[in-house]
Amino acid sequence: MSAALLYALAGAALFAIGLAGLLLQPHLLRKILAFNILGSGAFLILVGLGQRDGMADPVPQAMVLTGIVVAIAATALALALARQLLDLTGQMRLPEDRPDAEPADD
Amino acid sequence: MTPALAFDLLLIAALLWSATRALTTADVFRAVVLFIVFGLLMALAWARLGAPDIALAEAAIGAGLTGALLLDAVGHLRAKRRELEQ
Amino acid sequence: MKAWLTALIALLCSGLALALGAAMLTLPEFVVRLPGQVTANLDASGVAHPVTAVLLNFRGYDTLLEVAVLLLALLGVLALSRHASGHAHPAAPAHPVLQTLARLLAPLMVLVAGYLLWIGAYAPGGAFQAGAVLAAAGVLLRLAGLLPAWAQPGVLLRGGLVLGLLVFLAVAVAGLPQGELLHYPPALAGALILLVEAGLTLSIGLTLAGLYLASAEWRQ
Repeated sequence: MSAALLYALAGAALFAIGLAGLLLQPHLLRKILAFNILGSGAFLILVGLGQRDGMADPVPQAMVLTGIVVAIAATALALALARQLLDLTGQMRLPEDRPDAEPADD
Repeated sequence: MTPALAFDLLLIAALLWSATRALTTADVFRAVVLFIVFGLLMALAWARLGAPDIALAEAAIGAGLTGALLLDAVGHLRAKRRELEQ
Repeated sequence: MKAWLTALIALLCSGLALALGAAMLTLPEFVVRLPGQVTANLDASGVAHPVTAVLLNFRGYDTLLEVAVLLLALLGVLALSRHASGHAHPAAPAHPVLQTLARLLAPLMVLVAGYLLWIGAYAPGGAFQAGAVLAAAGVLLRLAGLLPAWAQPGVLLRGGLVLGLLVFLAVAVAGLPQGELLHYPPALAGALILLVEAGLTLSIGLTLAGLYLASAEWRQ
C-alpha cells in the first residue's frame, strides 16, 4: 500500500463524514462546511487513486485545481443565499427544520 | 514504520479529527476556525502527494478565501441574533 | 431529527466509507498511464510544467468553462446582495498597525502574484494561484479599511472581471479557421498561453475578491 492509496482511503472517510454532516445538520452554515469537506474527500480520492503506484499524475491534479475553484464559487453563492434567508426569516435553518413552525393549511 | 509513514498517519488522523469536530462542535465560529485548520492540513496533504500546485491553491483559496467568506457570514449571523434579541 | 434516522444515516455513511475502501484496495492494474502521454507531448504544448500544460492546453475547455462558472457565481452574489444596501459603504479605517501592514503587504502580494503567473510555465504556479494571491490582497485591504465594499461595480471593474473570459474566448475562436476550436499553433503556443493566463489572473483575482467584497458589508 503506497502513501497515495492511504490518502485515497482517508478521502473516502472524509467523503462519508461530509455526507453524514450534510444530511444530519440542520444549520445551513454547517451544511456548507460539510459540502466543502465532501468535496475535499472527493479530490483526495481522485488524486490518490490516480497516483497509487507512486508516479505523479498531472491530469487528476489539473482536475482538482479546477474543482477547488468551482467549490469556492459554489460556497460563495450558497453563503449569499443563506444570508438572504437569514435576512428574510431570521433563521439560518430551512423552514421545515424548525420544530416550532406551524404546518400550513392549504 | 518509516518516518514518512508515521507522518502520513498523523496527518490523516488530524484531517479526520478536525473535519469531525468542525461538524459537531456547538459554536459556529469554532466550527469555521476548525474548517480553516482542516484546509491548511489539506494543503500539507497535497504537498505529501506531490501536488504543489494544488497545495498552493488549497491554502490560498480553500483555507484562506473560503475561511474569510465563512467568517463574514458568522459575523452577519451574530449581528442578526443581537438585533433580534432587542 | 429522530434518533433512529440519525443512527441509520450514520450507519449508511460508514457502510459507504467501508465499501469505497474495499473497492480501492481491490483495484486492477492501470491500463492507460497518462503521465507518459503528457510528458511525450509536453514539448508541443508550449510550456514546460505538465500541470499547466494539461490545464491550459490539453484540457483547455475545462478551464474555459470554469472561468465562466466563476463569473456566474459572482453575478449571483451581486444580484443577491445588491438589494440589501443600495449605496456603497465606505470602509471604516481599522487599527493603524493593520493599516500600515496592509499598505506594506499589498504591493508585495501583487509582486508575488506576478511571479506566480510567470513561473507557472516552468514550475508549480500559474493563473489560479496568482489570482488567489491577488484576491487575498483585496481582502486584506478591505479588512484594513482601505477598500470600499462593492455596491455597484463601475465600468472599469466590470471590464476587468470579464477580460479573462473574453481573452480566452478570443484565443479559442481564433483557432477556428484551422478547423478546431481552441487550437494553439505550436510556434505561438507558449505566448498564447501566457496571454490567456495573464487575463485569467486579473479576472480570477477580481472575481474571487468580488465574491468577498460584494457581501462584506451586507448587514441589515
